[in-house]
Amino acid sequence: MEKLTINREKCKGCGLCVSVCPKKILRLSEDGFNSKGYRAVEVTDIDKCISCAMCATICPDVVIRVERAER
Amino acid sequence: MSKRVLMKGNEALAEAAIQAGCIHFFGYPITPQTEVAAYMSKRLPKIGGVYLQAESELAASNMLLGAAASGIRAMTSSSSPGISLKTEAISYMAGSDVPALIINVQRGGPGLGGIQPSQADYFQATRALGHGDFQVLVFAPSTVQEIMDLVYLAFDRAEEYRVPAMILADGMLGQMMEPVVIEKPQTSAHEKPWAANGHKNVRKHNIINSLYLQAEELENRVVERYRRYEAIKAKEQRAEEYLMDDAEIAVVAYGATSRIVKAAVKEARERGVKAGCIRPITLWPYPTDTIVKYRDKVKCFLSVEMSMGQMVEDVRLAVNGAAPVEFYGRTGGVIPEPGEVLDKIMELGR
Amino acid sequence: MSVIFEKPKALCDVDTHYCPGCTHGIVHRLVAEAIDELGVEGQTVGIASVGCSVMSYNYFACDMIQAPHGRAPAVATGVKRAHPECVVFTYQGDGDLAAIGTAETVHSATRGENITVIFINNAIYGMTGGQMAPTTLPGQVTQTTPYGRDVSYSGNPIRVCEMLSTLDGVALAQRVAADSVPHIKEARKAIVKAFKNQIEKKGFSIVEVLSTCPTNWGLSPVEAMQWLRDNMIPYYPLGVYKDIDDKQ
Repeated sequence: MEKLTINREKCKGCGLCVSVCPKKILRLSEDGFNSKGYRAVEVTDIDKCISCAMCATICPDVVIRVERAER
Repeated sequence: MSKRVLMKGNEALAEAAIQAGCIHFFGYPITPQTEVAAYMSKRLPKIGGVYLQAESELAASNMLLGAAASGIRAMTSSSSPGISLKTEAISYMAGSDVPALIINVQRGGPGLGGIQPSQADYFQATRALGHGDFQVLVFAPSTVQEIMDLVYLAFDRAEEYRVPAMILADGMLGQMMEPVVIEKPQTSAHEKPWAANGHKNVRKHNIINSLYLQAEELENRVVERYRRYEAIKAKEQRAEEYLMDDAEIAVVAYGATSRIVKAAVKEARERGVKAGCIRPITLWPYPTDTIVKYRDKVKCFLSVEMSMGQMVEDVRLAVNGAAPVEFYGRTGGVIPEPGEVLDKIMELGR
Repeated sequence: MSVIFEKPKALCDVDTHYCPGCTHGIVHRLVAEAIDELGVEGQTVGIASVGCSVMSYNYFACDMIQAPHGRAPAVATGVKRAHPECVVFTYQGDGDLAAIGTAETVHSATRGENITVIFINNAIYGMTGGQMAPTTLPGQVTQTTPYGRDVSYSGNPIRVCEMLSTLDGVALAQRVAADSVPHIKEARKAIVKAFKNQIEKKGFSIVEVLSTCPTNWGLSPVEAMQWLRDNMIPYYPLGVYKDIDDKQ
């Protein structure tokens, strides 16, 4: 399982998650749209994700599910 | 167990509701119905109910909306200017299929009008109790006893058809005292699986709503409701016939006015004019069938009202040109005297 | 792997009609999280108001009633008085709560009606396309204040929490914002408290959430968050305006 599960079909491409990600690993898709016609969010480097859930906290559309590896 | 007591019309409205299991009342003072609120405020806290005085008629009727949408029997009461404010919630209740009881103890209008008895809200009650395509069941008692009976019936039918119901009384009926036999209602409250009172994790969430942004969807909802209205029209028309068997002049009157009319009709017969009275008990559905039954038998109809002529239009619609339809009315809070009605009957009887 | 964040159960798994970046979605989620945290979905009745959030009845998994414009607190009062065991909340915008519904707001508050009010203040009428709201800021351009709100002509904005905090029936009046992650976390706590107050029968609790309307403000969602911080928070300071727990 990935740390971030992104439901791209729910994404409206508002970019709020991109603006708050401390690791700058989110961006709006540059090659295509989801079925709603939005440029959905995507992860550029999941290895850098710290599971802080800031993206999910500010997302108005519950697009992102966050998990963290057990220590 | 039944008991016989002397009661004011307004008190009977309140006591009947309590007997019918309505122990939540949302009110706002207005003459000439304030006794309803006063009675409820005295009785309800003693029996585990709620009397709440709202900040306005708007708020009172929306509290009613909330309480009724949560599945309980509830009511509000007002008089003409207050009813105008309550129409907001009445339209929403109709549009979201929420049954509730609204009482209008009519006074003179328009505007602030006066505080004397009137029947000038007939159009409002039967045609336009708010915006949109809808109807409200309207019952018109003529005695304090009948107030009790019709309050029971109004609650029952409102729940059966999931529509709001109104008792259309007037200041005369509200203020008059008569003996009343208080009997328990024959029917109990209907099941309300649609109510919004918490799904308790055993069903999907219920939504009480009147908004449909797709035109076809809204049309379907309204059309479905009108099918219920057709069933109501077929089954729920009520009227009393008084000395109508051989009547040549059918005097149509409802509520307190019918009492005056009956006296005039009796007197007319003593003077050799065969008059009778048709008293609509339901104003919506209008007892068209009763009018139709007599339209080819009588010489003419006479609608007597405490208004400038409102119900007379429904009489004309039912008569449909088969006989002349005359009107006599007083308005502004003036109560017609039996003598004036008699004069009109005698004039028509010549 | 352990789940850090997922959709609360009290939120239906449906797409909302809200514009991209609209903070209604955030606040909906916070309300649903509070309902989940307190385990009260089965006994909760939500009252949707008129405005952009009218269709919130499709988004919350609890029972829902759609109220006429401004009357949500009256409808909530009816439900709560009929069913004191229910948890009843209203979800209202600024036009609904602070203009057409001012009387219902003030009187349900002063009665100490034991309900929870979630108040979305985004300084504009969103649903009708961006007209002046009772909370529109001085100078703010809207469709009906095209030259900016002139308070000498159009009147002054209403600070709802400050006003309601003077009323005895109010248990909690708190203003939060949905513009940043720390503020959203604060908002979540306030909303949980507002629901908890009701369960503990403390009276009327209102949480005002400063929110954005990117579409009608004419800004991108990220710019709108900045506009909220730069313009709304100075006029509508965040904080607890009344909390009866503080007195004790």
